[in-house]
Amino acid sequence: MKPIYLDHAATTPLDPRVLEAMRPFFSETFANPSSFHTPGLRAKEAVAAARQSIAKHLNGREDEIIFTSGGTESDNLAVVGVVRALKTKGKHVVTSSIEHHAVLEPLLHLKKTGEIDLTILPVDKYGLVSVADLVAALRPDTVLVSIMYANNEIGTIEPIADIGRAILKWRKDNVTHFPYFHTDACQAAGVLDMDVEKLHVDLLTLNASKMYGPKGIGVLFVRRAVKIETLIRGGGQEKNIRSGTENVPGIVGLATALDLSQAEKDVENARLTRLRDRLIAGLLAIPKTRLNGHPTERLPNNVNISFIDIEGEAAVLYLDAEGIYTSTGSACASTSLDPSHVILATGLSYEAAHGSLRFTLGRSTTPEDVERVIAVMPGVVEKLRHMSPVNLDMKYFN
Amino acid sequence: MSQPVTPATEDARKGDVVAATKDKGWFYSDVVKEHFFHPRNFMEDESAYADAAMGMVGSPACGDAMKVWIMVDPATERITDLKWKTFGCGSAIASTSMMSVMATENGGMTMDDARKMRPQDIMERLGGLPARKIHCSVLGDKALRAAINDWYRKAGKTDKVEVEQGRVIDKVLNVTDHDIEEAVLDGADTLLKVQAKTKVGTGDPSCIPEVENLIRFYKEKYFGA
Repeated sequence: MKPIYLDHAATTPLDPRVLEAMRPFFSETFANPSSFHTPGLRAKEAVAAARQSIAKHLNGREDEIIFTSGGTESDNLAVVGVVRALKTKGKHVVTSSIEHHAVLEPLLHLKKTGEIDLTILPVDKYGLVSVADLVAALRPDTVLVSIMYANNEIGTIEPIADIGRAILKWRKDNVTHFPYFHTDACQAAGVLDMDVEKLHVDLLTLNASKMYGPKGIGVLFVRRAVKIETLIRGGGQEKNIRSGTENVPGIVGLATALDLSQAEKDVENARLTRLRDRLIAGLLAIPKTRLNGHPTERLPNNVNISFIDIEGEAAVLYLDAEGIYTSTGSACASTSLDPSHVILATGLSYEAAHGSLRFTLGRSTTPEDVERVIAVMPGVVEKLRHMSPVNLDMKYFN
Repeated sequence: MSQPVTPATEDARKGDVVAATKDKGWFYSDVVKEHFFHPRNFMEDESAYADAAMGMVGSPACGDAMKVWIMVDPATERITDLKWKTFGCGSAIASTSMMSVMATENGGMTMDDARKMRPQDIMERLGGLPARKIHCSVLGDKALRAAINDWYRKAGKTDKVEVEQGRVIDKVLNVTDHDIEEAVLDGADTLLKVQAKTKVGTGDPSCIPEVENLIRFYKEKYFGA
C-alpha cells in the first residue's frame, strides 16, 4: 500500500527542482562568499541573486533580508533582538496564546529574567486574535507585538494585515515609532500573500523546510530602520545581525522553494482546499468528532479534528500501521504532559484536546489518499472507543 | 493462553526506549507493539461482568483512564479472570494488557501478591518504555488495586480494604484527586462547592482547569450528567 504522508506542517520533502538548484553549491561553487577570489565571488553572486528574489516576493528590499539557520532562530532573533535593542524605550511585549514555542519560549525567558512585561492575548474558539483586544493591550512602553500569520496546529489564519494597520494607526496617534510588529510566517510562506507592505509588518520569519525547501535555513525580514541587536557575533555577515559563513546551498534552496511555491500557490491552494474540505467532511461524519480551528480562515492543507473518548497518540500509531502518517497535539507525543497549548487556548477541554489529530496535506496528496483515510479512520476510532472506558457527553465539546 | 515472556534488559530496567536505538523503526518495543495492536483480556461485553469487582483510575482530562474488572476464587483468593478498558496512548493500552496477563497467568495471582505489582514490573515485562511514559501511562496496577479493594468490600471483608494515597492535584495544599472525588460524591457539583469542601486551587490556582475537568469527570462517572 502506498504510504500516505499527512504531516506536511511538521516538514515537507525537498522538491527535486530545489535539489537541482542547490546541487552546484555543495562541491563546485563551494567557496566562502566573503572570499576575495573568483570562486568566492560566484558564491557571493548566488547569495545576492537569492536575496533579490526573496526580497521581491516579500515586496521588500535586499538589505532587509537576513539569513538564519531556520524558523526558530529567526523568531528568537526577532523577539530577543528587538527587546534588547529597545530596552531604553520600554519593556512591554504583546503576543498571543497560540504562538509557536519558538516565539513563546524566548518571550517567557525574557519575562523570567525581568527584561520584559509580557501580555499574552487570548484567542476565540477558532483560534483568532481580536484586533480590538490587541490595540487595547498596547501601552506607551510597548516595544514589540508578535502574532503568527497562520497557526501550525489548527491552521487558523490570523488577521495580520488588520493588526498591522491598527498598529500603524496607534503609532501615528501616539507619535511614536513603536511597537514594532513581528509575524512568524513559517506555515504561511508557501501558501499566502507575503507582501510586507500589505501586511504592514516590520519583521517577518519564514523558513524553507515547510515549503519543500531544505532544512536548516530561514529568513528574518527586518524593515529598514528597525533596531535589532544581534544574538550571534562573529565575522559580521548579514549586516552584522547574524554572523557566520553563509549557508549557500540552503540560501539558494530557500529562494528556489519560495519561487516555486509562490508561482504555483493559486492552483495548488485551490486543489488542497478541495481535498481538505473533503477530508474534514469525511472525518466529521464519524460520531463524536469536532473540527479544531476556523472553518474557512484556515490554511488550505490543515485538518485538525478531536475524536472524543480516545487518545490521539493511540490513533496515530494505528494509522501508522496502515501507512498513514499523522500527528497529534496531545501530551504523549511531545515532551510535556499537557495537551496542546493551542487547542486548550481555543477553550477546548483537556479531554477533547487529548483526542486531537492533525492531518496536513501536501503536493503529494491525492484524492485517493483522502478517500483512503476517510475509509480507514472509522475503524481505528471504533476500535479505540471499544477499548476505552470513557463515554463523554458531546454537549461539552461543541 | 500462554504469553511471550520477555527477559528484562538493562535498557528496560533503566526505563528508556529500547526499540528506537535498535533500528526497528518503532518508538516502542516489539512487546509493547504486540500488546498495543493485539491487546489481551480486554473487556468485550460488560453485561457478563455486572457482578465482578471493578476498579477505575485516571481521567480522560489527564490523558489516561482505565477500568479493571476481576473475578476471584473466594477459597484461594486468586484472580481467575481480569478484563479491562483503557483510554490512553500506546503505552497505556499495552501496559494494561500486560498487567492483565501478569495477574492471570500461572493459575492467577493471589490478591496479596497482585497488590504488590509495581509499574516497574509491568514495564520490565514490556521490554522497556520511554522514561516519561512510565508515570503517566502505567496505571494498570493502580486500577487493579482499586478492583481488589472493591472485591473485599463486596465480600464484606472491609478490614482488607487498603486506602491509597491519591494523586496530588493542588501541590500547595496537598489536595488529591480522591479528595475531589469524595467532594463530588458528597454533592459538590461546581468548582465553588468543591472549593468550599477542599479549598483546592486556592493554594495553587494553576490546577483549577484540571479540577474543573475532574469535577465534570466524577459527575459523569457517578451521576451521569
